[in-house]
Amino acid sequence: MMKKQTKKGLLVSSLLMSTVASAEYGLNLPKGVSDYSVQVYDMHMMVLWICVIIGIGVFGAMFYSIFAHRKSKGVEPAKFSHSTTVEIIWTAIPVLILIAIALPATKGMMQMDSPRDEQGEPVTMEMTVKVTGYQWKWRYDYLDEGFGFLSTLTADSNIARQKGSGIDVNTVDNYLLDVDNPLVIPANTNIRFLLTSDDVIHSWWVNEFGWKRDAIPGFINEGWTNVKEPGTYRGQCAELCGKDHGYMPIVVEVLSQSDYAAWVADQNGDSVVNQTATDEVESAQASGSDDALNNVQQNTATEDTETMAEISTDETEAGTSDQQADQGVADNQVDQAESDWSMDKLMARGEEVYNTQCLACHKIDGSGMPPAFPSLIDSPVTTDDVNKHIDIVVHGVTGTAMAPFGKMLPAEDIAAVITYTRNSFGHETGDRVQPADIEAVLQ
Amino acid sequence: MSHDITHDELSHDHDHKPKGFVNRWLLTTNHKDIGTLYLIFALTMFIIGGTMAMVIRLELFQPGLQFVEPFFFNQMTTMHALFMIFGAVMPAFVGLANWMVPMMIGAPDMALPRLNNFSFWLLPFAFVVLASTFFMPGGAPAGGWTMYPPLVLQGGQNVAFLVFAVHLMGISSILGAINIIATIVNMRAPNVGYLNMPMFVWTWLITAFLLILVMPVLAGAVTMLLTDRYFGTSFFNAAGGGDPVMFQHIFWFFGHPEVYIMILPSFGIVSEIIPTFARKRLFGYVSMVYATAAIAFLSFIVWAHHMFSVGMPLGGQLYFMYATMLIAVPTGVKVFNWLATMWRGAMTFETPMLFSIAFVALFSVGGFSGVMMALAPVDLQYHDTYFIVAHFHYVLVPGSIFAIIAAAYYWLPKWTGHMYDERLGKIHFWWSAISVNVLFFPQHFLGLAGMPRRIPDYSTQFAEFNMWSSIGGFAFGLAQIFFVYIVIKTVRGGQKATAQVWDDAQGLEWTVPSPAPHHTFDEYKPVDLSKMAHGDTH
Repeated sequence: MMKKQTKKGLLVSSLLMSTVASAEYGLNLPKGVSDYSVQVYDMHMMVLWICVIIGIGVFGAMFYSIFAHRKSKGVEPAKFSHSTTVEIIWTAIPVLILIAIALPATKGMMQMDSPRDEQGEPVTMEMTVKVTGYQWKWRYDYLDEGFGFLSTLTADSNIARQKGSGIDVNTVDNYLLDVDNPLVIPANTNIRFLLTSDDVIHSWWVNEFGWKRDAIPGFINEGWTNVKEPGTYRGQCAELCGKDHGYMPIVVEVLSQSDYAAWVADQNGDSVVNQTATDEVESAQASGSDDALNNVQQNTATEDTETMAEISTDETEAGTSDQQADQGVADNQVDQAESDWSMDKLMARGEEVYNTQCLACHKIDGSGMPPAFPSLIDSPVTTDDVNKHIDIVVHGVTGTAMAPFGKMLPAEDIAAVITYTRNSFGHETGDRVQPADIEAVLQ
Repeated sequence: MSHDITHDELSHDHDHKPKGFVNRWLLTTNHKDIGTLYLIFALTMFIIGGTMAMVIRLELFQPGLQFVEPFFFNQMTTMHALFMIFGAVMPAFVGLANWMVPMMIGAPDMALPRLNNFSFWLLPFAFVVLASTFFMPGGAPAGGWTMYPPLVLQGGQNVAFLVFAVHLMGISSILGAINIIATIVNMRAPNVGYLNMPMFVWTWLITAFLLILVMPVLAGAVTMLLTDRYFGTSFFNAAGGGDPVMFQHIFWFFGHPEVYIMILPSFGIVSEIIPTFARKRLFGYVSMVYATAAIAFLSFIVWAHHMFSVGMPLGGQLYFMYATMLIAVPTGVKVFNWLATMWRGAMTFETPMLFSIAFVALFSVGGFSGVMMALAPVDLQYHDTYFIVAHFHYVLVPGSIFAIIAAAYYWLPKWTGHMYDERLGKIHFWWSAISVNVLFFPQHFLGLAGMPRRIPDYSTQFAEFNMWSSIGGFAFGLAQIFFVYIVIKTVRGGQKATAQVWDDAQGLEWTVPSPAPHHTFDEYKPVDLSKMAHGDTH
């Protein structure tokens, strides 16, 4: 199979920029799925062809010269060594070509910066998504709707990608390009993205949208799109952001406007479960845990980063109620009972959380990659004082890649994963950390 | 000391070489010996940096992680760049300048010989400091050679070592540049005017000014990193009122001239070689000088084209786009001039000429992708992908490195007194020229199709071209080991070279015997201007 592909690859390379082949083999920029991305694609093709034509001229002259003006042909070298006329010509012509290229490029840049419709009227943005980069996951907040969630590489890619996993990555669907919770947006809607970061610089890039923008701590960058076709579009973080830079994919699911409205209603919990959520619940149940919890709801807008702690609390509460819904509990009366999690439940959830959030650095067996990523096995952190352990997971360790997970994960997840690490890898502390313990620290 | 340097009977016994290894090499103030040291050092760093590249291509040979952990992979990409840029390409050019600039302008030595020794010996220490980070807790720097905060500040103890190593390299470069400027300005033979100087000397003069202007900027940037990391300042820390994007502006104010520092001397080299083997004067000598100066000037006002994605105001993006596009004009003039030099010449294709022609062709490929990414809206697609990786490797490998290799073949007979093996040289050329394209051309496709740079593993759709690229990489790496063999063979023996070496070579270096005696041009007297390698200046 490999051999066959190789032959095809060669054939395709010889066709160079054939647009027909590009869709299948990924030779060229995609045309993309918005008017803007098509504009970028056209500009790319224009400058590419200009380069090809100039290249044919330059290389043609060069090869002719190599062929004709060689000593072995007995030619006498000419004596000329300058000509003001041709020098002016080959300075002026490139200037004219560059001006011709600069015009559409200027238009394109203005369209990215302050979009206008065909009538030249400013385009109004119909919704806003805040994108926050973390090492190494994305968070999407729907500012108009008031909820948000984390988006992380799926567990099957995450396990397969480990060195020596023994898993053939060709058997993993969308290897490294799949996430647990994709960003969901409506089609044919002007969507503004506000990009920022909570740690280092990341860059949010979906090739099909025709642009990327850096997510920079302390800054809010803007981008926008209007996707014409519903579908699933994939991208990756484009700015080196540390060890797992290659493992924070972006998946955008574009739904029709009605499907999107149903999805939003479901996120807010005031309608019957729609297809997406049903799938999530099913898959969560199938894997013996509740993935849907990651679809944390949140009731406040997150424009102000200073409210982070507060938001985390909201997430926690929302997460708890989600948990109840998932278990088919109709109302909030059993809230108190639910807050006491059994060891089995904590361990099952903890393993799930560990494998998506912690495994990348601390490895599947807890051995880590010392000294940068410490081993958890027999570590004082995982075996001694539990309060110190909670503190580290919730607040992170400054100056290292250990992130403050209190801002990112619901209290249940943090409690579960702490319990898991204290009772795995040969540890038998028997400690059960409850969500309430975490909430106490968060407040 | 006043013997006739063109005297054929000048023997090694009379040329005042210091006795003993320490005196000859460690304490040397001789421009040729220091040039040799620089070149050996650069070749060593090239092999080490190349080995890191092999690790990178090995891991990327197929999807999935097979050989190294992601964190080590990032150390490899970071250190590969630092070793190649500061260890291989820049010292190789300084080595060539040391050897050739005094001989090309009829000077007895560099203007500041002891400084010359110092600026070389800083380098091995700088790289020992840098390489020592591999053995530290937390490993080597892994935040990319661009050292963007806040990421680079996560790098444990290596931050201090990285910063001090960069300081040492910067001091070395600045001192070297001062020396080259002082030599060219003050030490030319009495009748050699600026417009009599060979292009290699001109390009180095301009490069040296770039170095002096930008290396202190880099030193400032990394010093701010140091204080941010260890002394609680917040230059680049948003939480403390700082600005992480400011680092990028400062870095690229250094970084963009830096890329011309790595290419202008190459322009000089091929401007020496192509006329020799075309048996014709360099076309448009004066416009070459102006074009070089124009490129150098433009290099200072285009830095933020590396940063279109950070979110600059529209006006800023448009300005940097237009200024960047302008660079195509003087660069185009250079390429056209080389073509016109070849045009209606009587060319032969010895190894230096082959590498020079490949330089012109493949540097142009890198130039084309450069024009493409000058367009800000499209650059938002190309940025930080393998398209960029392909672009800058096209201008650096078949660009700078090919020019350095061409220079080595061209001047090896002058340095060693032996001709290299032409058959092996041609094998080395074809092997390198084909494999370098297999290595880097597919990376254009990878980038356009959506593969970001600096990732240790990739989605299976990118497998095909990565495999090709890796195969090309291994072949190219082996070819350079072969080059080392050819060089060693030439140093040890081979057909005796004449003083002229190449039939129609112009330049004062060909008026002294091969190998060049320890001291050349040690009398202050006019030289024969008809031997100078400049073009027609009328």
